[in-house]
Amino acid sequence: MLDDARFGLNRQVRLPGPFRLDSGAVLPEIEIGYETYGAPAADGGNAVLVCHALTGDQHVASPHPRTGKPGWWGRMVGPGRPIDPDRYLVICANVLGSCMGSTGPASADPATGQPYGMRFPVITIADMVRAQAALLDHLGLARLKAVVGGSMGGMQALAWAAAHPDRVEAALVIASAARHSAQNIAFHEVGRQAIMADPKWRGGDYYGTGDPPAAGLAVARMAAHITYLSEAGLTEKFGRRLQARDAKSFGFDADFQIESYLRHQGIAFTDRFDANSYLYITRALDYFDLAEDHGGVLANAFRGTRTRFCVVSFDTDWLYPTAESRAIAHALNAAAAPVSFVELSSPFGHDAFLLESPELFRIVDGFLRAGG
Amino acid sequence: MPALRPDLAIIAANVAPGARVLDIGCGDGALMAALRDGLGADARGLELDPANVAASVARGLSVIQGDADVDLADYPTDAFDYAILSQTLQTTRRPDQVLAELLRIGRRAFVSFPNFAHWRVRLSLLWGGRMPVTRLLPLAWYETPNIHHVTIDDFRDFVRSRGIAVEGAWFLSGDRLTSAAAANFRAEHAVFLLSRSPAGAGRG
Repeated sequence: MLDDARFGLNRQVRLPGPFRLDSGAVLPEIEIGYETYGAPAADGGNAVLVCHALTGDQHVASPHPRTGKPGWWGRMVGPGRPIDPDRYLVICANVLGSCMGSTGPASADPATGQPYGMRFPVITIADMVRAQAALLDHLGLARLKAVVGGSMGGMQALAWAAAHPDRVEAALVIASAARHSAQNIAFHEVGRQAIMADPKWRGGDYYGTGDPPAAGLAVARMAAHITYLSEAGLTEKFGRRLQARDAKSFGFDADFQIESYLRHQGIAFTDRFDANSYLYITRALDYFDLAEDHGGVLANAFRGTRTRFCVVSFDTDWLYPTAESRAIAHALNAAAAPVSFVELSSPFGHDAFLLESPELFRIVDGFLRAGG
Repeated sequence: MPALRPDLAIIAANVAPGARVLDIGCGDGALMAALRDGLGADARGLELDPANVAASVARGLSVIQGDADVDLADYPTDAFDYAILSQTLQTTRRPDQVLAELLRIGRRAFVSFPNFAHWRVRLSLLWGGRMPVTRLLPLAWYETPNIHHVTIDDFRDFVRSRGIAVEGAWFLSGDRLTSAAAANFRAEHAVFLLSRSPAGAGRG
């Protein structure tokens, strides 16, 4: 192992501010929870930053500290996997606004010593990238061999390439989009309203009560979870089958397997995630529109870039459909950036990027190795 | 380096070093890899089949999954020195529009296609009365992707009528070069190097 406390699993660092945000607000300091796998090359040229999705965390390939479940992308990151720590220094950081060791609404406001709650400033995808860039400065990593992410992680990868073209050699954007659509915003608003409608939410000041708005957060998760799956996948997995009973109950129990499954997903989620963080991160996603920051022309975000790009979508993903990925590829093409794009076939909808996918693995492996 | 298909080898031998190249219907990226590794070309690809795109990306190439009939419109004018369309023209819905797009995107275009007037094809139709199934046209009429068969003479007529300049032409029979004279009868496939207009036919 490395004899350097900055590298390894379960790291946390406090970075001095002032840390200026897109909103104009300033955080006096930030904390970042992160993990690294592998060792930096002598020239520091093997760093791969993995960016996580909405409810993800830094435990990309190590067990989750609360649930004990394996890392969320252990299929992609690990020995013998496409993002192999024997080859790369892999970094994954909890995003700003989250609740797994990075500064967010559950953190104490240094001014008052109390949790921020809804006094935490609204953050953006670009703010998340700023926090990651500050972390890389702390780690002494001037350049990234690649930044890789699925879903919201892909948005961070795009924002990285747009904000730091000389720092990013390659960007891999999977099952993602360059902006949130009206439908994306609509589903998030349902989730936020479910949290805020829970009386236990208390305007966001529930931290001292030991009684968080779990019911509201669970409903938010249930609604979102549907968007991560495909209709065909749901039909195949659950159909109209009943849950542990032979007949309909003529009541409102979870008669159907799909109801039982969603309720379980919702409740399990509340054990590991903070409701206010869910509000803030969904807001950051809804505010994301990379073209908007560049005169409405997405290609302008990448003019003159030397970063290599690879964009991957899945045919059954209706959360961030192929058309969104294609729009990214077209914009990169118009900017004369080296870009690959492929739509892969999978029955699993948006979640396909997290699952076993030999074709995806082959693409990621080849794309990363192509940089030499 | 593995040997290239003969029509691709002709193209590779006639691309200027360091050129910007768009390979439309690039397959598994064999030509692009040869152009990149042998000529230092900046090669990009467009390919319909996702497995072929994956194979190309795994070779470190930049390839976009897309359809020549639809997606060429998204490429900027004059973006490439060469646009290449090998053994794909006859599979497009509108070959005329695809050719126009090639010569908008690229200053020059390489186009290769199987010659439907090759004597074996003629024999099959004349004596057999059947759609030909040959080495270069291996699939039966109901499953072939070739929906716009073309002959060398058809193609010559077409480019002439559109004011497209022919800067070079190569004809292959049994994977060997054959003369231009009886090419419409003897050549199994043809490779043309085109540029926008006769006025632009001078060497760039």
